[in-house]
Amino acid sequence: MSKQELLLKIRDLKIEGRSDETWNQIVNGVDIDLHKGEVLGLIGESGAGKSTIGLAAMGFTRDGCRISDGSVEFDGIDLVNADAATKRSLLGKRIAYVAQSAAASFNPAHRLMEQHIEGPVQHNVFSASESEKDGIELYRKLRLPDPENIGFRYPHQVSGGQLQRAMTAMAMACRPDLIIFDEPTTALDVTTQIEVLASIRDIVEQFNTAAIYITHDLAVVAQMADKIKVLLKGDEVEEADTRTMLSHPKEDYTKSLWAVRSFQREQKPLADKGETPVVSIKNVDAAYGGGTVKVLHDVSFDIHAGRTVAVVGESGSGKSTTARCITGLLPPLTGTVEFDGVTLPADYRQRDKDQLRQAQMIYQMADTALNPRKTIGEIIGRPVEFYLGLTGTAKRKRVEELLDILELEPNQYIDRLPSELSGGQKQRIGIGRALAAEPKFIICDEVTSALDQLVAEGILRTLAKLQDEFNLAYMFITHDLATVRSIADEVVVMKEGRVVEAGPKDVMFKPPHHAYTDLLLSSVPEMDPDWLDNLLEERGVDNIGDAASSKI
Amino acid sequence: MNTLLWIIGIVAALMAGGWLIRTLGRAIDLPSRQANIYFRDMPYLASVGLAVGIFAIGILIYYYFLSPTPFFVWAVNGFIFFAICAFIFRFIGRVVGTEGSKKLFRQMPLTASFGILIIIVYAITAIFAGIIAPYGQEEVFAKANVLPGGDPATGGDPEHILGTDPIGRDILSRIIFGAQNTVGIAFITTCLAFLIGTTMGFLAAIKGGWIDQLTSRVVDALMAIPQLIFALLLMTIATAWAGSNGFLVTVYMILIIAVLDSTRVYRLSRAVGLNIVVMDYIEAAKLRGETLSYLVFKEILPNAFAPLLAEFGLRFCFVFLTIASLSFLGIGIQPPLADWGTMVKDLSAFINFAQFSPLTAALPLMAAGAIALLTVGVNFVVDWMLQKTSGLKE
Amino acid sequence: MHSVGMIILQRLGLGLITLFVVSVVIFAAVNLLPGDFAQAILGQGATPEAVEAIREDLGLNKNPFVRYFDWLGGVLTGDFGTSFAQANFAEFAGSDTGKGGIGSVADQLRPRFANTLFLASVAAIISIPLSLTLGILAALYRNSAYDRFINVSTLSAISSPEFFLAYILILVLAVINPVFPAVSNVYDELTFWERVNATMLPALTLTLAVTAQMMRMTRASIINLLASPYIEMARLKGLSPMRVIIKHALPNALAPIINVIALNLAYLITGVVVVETVFVYPGIGQLFVDSVKIRDIPIVQACCLVFAATYILLNLTADIASILSNPRLRHPK
Repeated sequence: MSKQELLLKIRDLKIEGRSDETWNQIVNGVDIDLHKGEVLGLIGESGAGKSTIGLAAMGFTRDGCRISDGSVEFDGIDLVNADAATKRSLLGKRIAYVAQSAAASFNPAHRLMEQHIEGPVQHNVFSASESEKDGIELYRKLRLPDPENIGFRYPHQVSGGQLQRAMTAMAMACRPDLIIFDEPTTALDVTTQIEVLASIRDIVEQFNTAAIYITHDLAVVAQMADKIKVLLKGDEVEEADTRTMLSHPKEDYTKSLWAVRSFQREQKPLADKGETPVVSIKNVDAAYGGGTVKVLHDVSFDIHAGRTVAVVGESGSGKSTTARCITGLLPPLTGTVEFDGVTLPADYRQRDKDQLRQAQMIYQMADTALNPRKTIGEIIGRPVEFYLGLTGTAKRKRVEELLDILELEPNQYIDRLPSELSGGQKQRIGIGRALAAEPKFIICDEVTSALDQLVAEGILRTLAKLQDEFNLAYMFITHDLATVRSIADEVVVMKEGRVVEAGPKDVMFKPPHHAYTDLLLSSVPEMDPDWLDNLLEERGVDNIGDAASSKI
Repeated sequence: MNTLLWIIGIVAALMAGGWLIRTLGRAIDLPSRQANIYFRDMPYLASVGLAVGIFAIGILIYYYFLSPTPFFVWAVNGFIFFAICAFIFRFIGRVVGTEGSKKLFRQMPLTASFGILIIIVYAITAIFAGIIAPYGQEEVFAKANVLPGGDPATGGDPEHILGTDPIGRDILSRIIFGAQNTVGIAFITTCLAFLIGTTMGFLAAIKGGWIDQLTSRVVDALMAIPQLIFALLLMTIATAWAGSNGFLVTVYMILIIAVLDSTRVYRLSRAVGLNIVVMDYIEAAKLRGETLSYLVFKEILPNAFAPLLAEFGLRFCFVFLTIASLSFLGIGIQPPLADWGTMVKDLSAFINFAQFSPLTAALPLMAAGAIALLTVGVNFVVDWMLQKTSGLKE
Repeated sequence: MHSVGMIILQRLGLGLITLFVVSVVIFAAVNLLPGDFAQAILGQGATPEAVEAIREDLGLNKNPFVRYFDWLGGVLTGDFGTSFAQANFAEFAGSDTGKGGIGSVADQLRPRFANTLFLASVAAIISIPLSLTLGILAALYRNSAYDRFINVSTLSAISSPEFFLAYILILVLAVINPVFPAVSNVYDELTFWERVNATMLPALTLTLAVTAQMMRMTRASIINLLASPYIEMARLKGLSPMRVIIKHALPNALAPIINVIALNLAYLITGVVVVETVFVYPGIGQLFVDSVKIRDIPIVQACCLVFAATYILLNLTADIASILSNPRLRHPK
C-alpha cells in the first residue's frame, strides 16, 4: 500500500443551505485529494463551511443542506449518487466520524461499550466479543483510565476529555480508512485538550488511517495535519503541506491569520510601590447558595491605573466569580474590594452612582450583552444620559464621538439593531457602552473567546488603544494564553478558587513556576509543528493533561 | 366476515399500489434530478403512504358527487371557499401595503392568512353587530320555529333566512350578536387574565425570593384542579351569590375564568421573564443602577412581547372554549344575551332532522362551527408565529 | 438507586401535600357561599325552625376547622356526606344520613365513576396507539404533505369545542348512518359489547379531541429527539434507519411519550364533563354538571375532589415515569 494511493477525491463540490425559504450556496466549489494514511487539516473561521464539507466527504448532508454540484469519490465509489444502502455500508465501516461534543453524541441510554461494538457487529467486521476485547485494547492505547471497566459506564458518568477519546476509539472500532474529526477538542480545557490531541495523533499514525481534521485553531492543526487547506466563506483560499503553509503562506488572508498570533503589546513596568491601586481585592472568600458552595478562597490582587491584569485559569477556577465580587453582584463572605483606596459596599445596590460608573464590564457573548430590541444609539446613549445627564443633541453627539473612537461610522450604525451587526461590531458596541460611562476600570470577561481570531485581534488592538488614551485599568479574564501573551502586563493564575501564582507577564512566562502554571502554560499549543513532539519528549506521556493536573 | 375480507382486500391492494408507484417512479426517468433521487431512496412505507393518500382522495371525490346527504358537499364547498378567500386575501396583502407588511405576507403560509382573515371578519362582525344584524337579539316574533331556508314552501320565511327559534327570535340576528357577546366577553376575560398573570409573573421573575415562592405555590395549588372543574365549582358559588341576576353571573364568570387562566399566563411570563433576567444586558442595566420600573418597561417587556402575543392567542382560544363550554352546560353567559354556546344547547335537538331538513339540522352545527372557526383561525396564526420565532430549529 | 428512590418519595410526598391543599381549597371555596347550606337546601320560604334543625344536623354550627376535619375524615373513610337533593327528597327525616344511607354521596358517585372510567378507558385504548403511530410518522416524514395535512387537521380538532365534534359525530354516525346510538343508555344489565357500543360515540368524541393533542406532542418530542447529535452519530455509523429508531431513539423517547400519555389522560378526565352531558352518559361528569345546576354542594365537592385527585395522580405518574426512564438518574455517577 503506497502512500500515493488516492482515497478521497472531491471535485468542485458545491453545497446549498436553506434559509428564508431559498437555497443559498454555502460551499462554492472545493476540491480535495486525500491519500491513504494522510491527514488533511481543514481550517477556517466560523461560517467557512468546514463541517459541511467534512460531512459531505461522507456523502452526508444535514437537514436543510444539499449537495448541488460536484463529485465526492471515496475509493472509486461515487458518494453523491450512491443509494442509501451503499452509503450505509461505508459509513462507520470505512469512513468514521468524531463529533465536536462527545457528551451530546453518545447516546445517554446505552453504555459506552454497547455503542462501541454496535458498528463492527452491524457491519459484520467483528463479533461482539472480539470487538469488545478490541475496544478495551483501544481504550488502553488511548490511555483512558481503567480501560477494562470504563466501557461499562454510561456516558454521563465519564468526563469530557475521556468521552472524546472513547469516541475516537469508537470511530476506530471497524478500522476505517478515513476518519473525519470535527473540532474534537474545541469544547475542552487546554490541559485536557493536549491529552486528547496526543492520543488521536498517536492512534491515527499507528493504524495508518487517513483523516480530515477540522478546526479553527491553527496551532492545533499544525500538530495534527500533514497538509492544510484554508477555507473562507465556502471558498478554498490555499492548500499546502503543513510546514510550507506555516513558514510561507501565499495568500493575504492566510498571512493575516498567521499574523494574529504575532500581535504583542509592549509590557508596561510595574506601578510604583506607593501608588494606590485602582482596584484592590483583599482576602476575598465567596460562596454560592447562601454560603453552602464555597468557590473563592482568600483571593487577593491589585490592579493599577493604565495596566492590564490577566486572570487566567480553566473553567470553574473562579475567574468570573471574582469579577462578580468586584461588581457587587455576589457580595463576598469575608474580605473587601477597595476602589482608589476606599472600601466599596459589598452589594452593588448599596453603591452610589459614581461608584457604579467607575467600574464597567464587557461581556463574553455580545448577543446576550446587548438588548436585541434597542438601537445602537439607545444602548450607548443610555449610560451617557444616566451618568452624565446629557440629553438631546448633546447625547447624540457624544454617542457619535464614541462610535468614532470605536471605528464605526456613526451615521451608518447609530440607528441599527444589534442583530444587524457582525460579532466583532457587536463586541465594539459592548465596549462603547462601557466607555460611555467614562470609567477608570473595566472588567473584560472572555471578550474575545467567542470571536474568530482576526476579529478578536481587532478588538484587542482597540482595547489597547483605549487604555493608552484614557489610562484605563483592565481586569482581563480569559482562558486563552495567547491572548494573555499579547495584551497583559500582569498575570494572575487561578485554580479551584485560589490564586496559584501572580506576577508580571515576563516573569510568568519564564520558568520556574508553580507546577500548575507550568502545566497550563506548556499545554497551550504553539504554531510550531514540532511542538507536540517536543513537549511529549520533555514531559513524558503521563505528565500531561488530567493525569498531570491530578498530581498537583 | 364479509367486511373483514373487504378490509384485507383493500390493505393488500394498497400495499401492491405502493409497490407499483415506487417501481414506476424508479423506472421512468423524471425530468428533475431531485425527483429521481426521491423515488430511488423512497422507503417502502412511504410509497404505501402515498398510495393511501391517493386512495383517500379518490374516496373523497366519490363521496362528493354521490353522497346521499348534502352535508359533505357543504363541508367541501366551504373548505374550498375559505381556501380561495385566504388565497385572494394573501395575494392582496402581497401587493398592497407597506414594504414590511408585503414581506410578511410573502412568507405567510395559506393557513396563517386564513387565520388573519377570520380574525378580521369576526372583529368586524362583533363590533358592528348592531348594524349588520337584521333584528335585535332579544326581539321576539310571533312566528316561532320558522324553518331556515327562507322558502315559504318548505316552512321558511324570507324575513328570517335562518328561521326563528322556539321562542320566536331571529336566529341569524342571534348568531351575529353572538359574535359580539361570546367573542367580546372572551376577549375581556383574556385581557384581564393577562393583566393579572404578567404582572405577577414578571414580579416573581425579577424579585425572586419569597414573592416568587409564595406566588408559585399558590399557582401550583390552583393548577392542581382541572380548570373546567374548578370553574364549575366556583360558578356554583357565584350563581348562589348572584341569585337571579343574569348580568352578575356573567361578571362573576369573567372574574373566575380570568383568575383561573391567569395561572397559566403567570407560568409563562415568569419563565420568559427568568430567561430574560439572566441576560447580560439586564445585569449591565442593574449594575448601572437602573430602577425596577426601567428594567421592566424598557429592558424586559420589549423582549417578552413576541412570546406573550403568541400566548395571548392561545389563551384567548382556551378562554373562548371554556366560556362556550360553560354556556353550553347552561352555567355561562346568561340569557337574554345571545351566545353561541347556549344556542348550540338550545338548538341541538334539531340535529335529528338531518334526513328530512338538512338545513335545520345544520343550525346547531353552524353555531358550534362559528366557535370552532375562530379558534381554528387564531390557532393557525399562533402556530405560524411560533414557528417563525423558533426559527430554523426544524 | 438510592437517590432515585429519594426523588420519587419526594414527589409522592409533594403529591400528597398538593391533594391536601386542594381539599382545603375546595372546602374553603364552598364555605364562601352566602347564607348557609341549610338555607340553600330548603329555599327562601323555609321556616326558621326547619333551617335550624338542618343546621344542627349537618353540624353547621360547629367551627369551620372542626367541620373541615370532620369532612376530611369522612372522605378518607369513603363517606362523602349526604346529597342535598336526596336529603330533600327524603323530607329530611333526620335519620339515615350516615355512610350508606339513602342520600349517601358515595353511593351515587361509585357507579358513575366506574362508568366514567370505562368511557375514558375506551377512549384511551383507541387514541393512544393511534396518536403515537400517527405522531411518530409525522415526525419521521416531517415537512411532507402528510405532515402538513396532519398539522392542519390536528390544529383544527384541538380548536373545536368538544360539543362541536360530538354533534358532527352524532350527525354522521347516528343520524345519517345509524351505526351507534346518539344517546348512551348505559345500565348494569348490558353485556360488555353492548356497553362498548353504547359508549362508542362519546368515546370517539374524546378520542378526536385527545388524539390531536397527543399527536402534536408526540411529533414535537420525537422531532426534538431526532435532532440530537447522538442520532446523527448513529446514522453516521451506517446503521439502518430502523435500528436508529428502535435502538437509539426509542429508549430516549420513552420519557417524553409517557409524559404525553399521562398529560392527555388527565385531559380526558376534564373532557368527560362536556361529552357526558351531550350524550347523556351516566358518568361522574354529568352528575357534576347536574349538581352544579341545582347547587347540590356535597356532590359538587365530592366530584371536584375525585377529579382533582385523578388529575394529580396522573401528573404524578408522568413525573415519576420520566424520572425512572432517565439514565442519568438511574445510573448516578
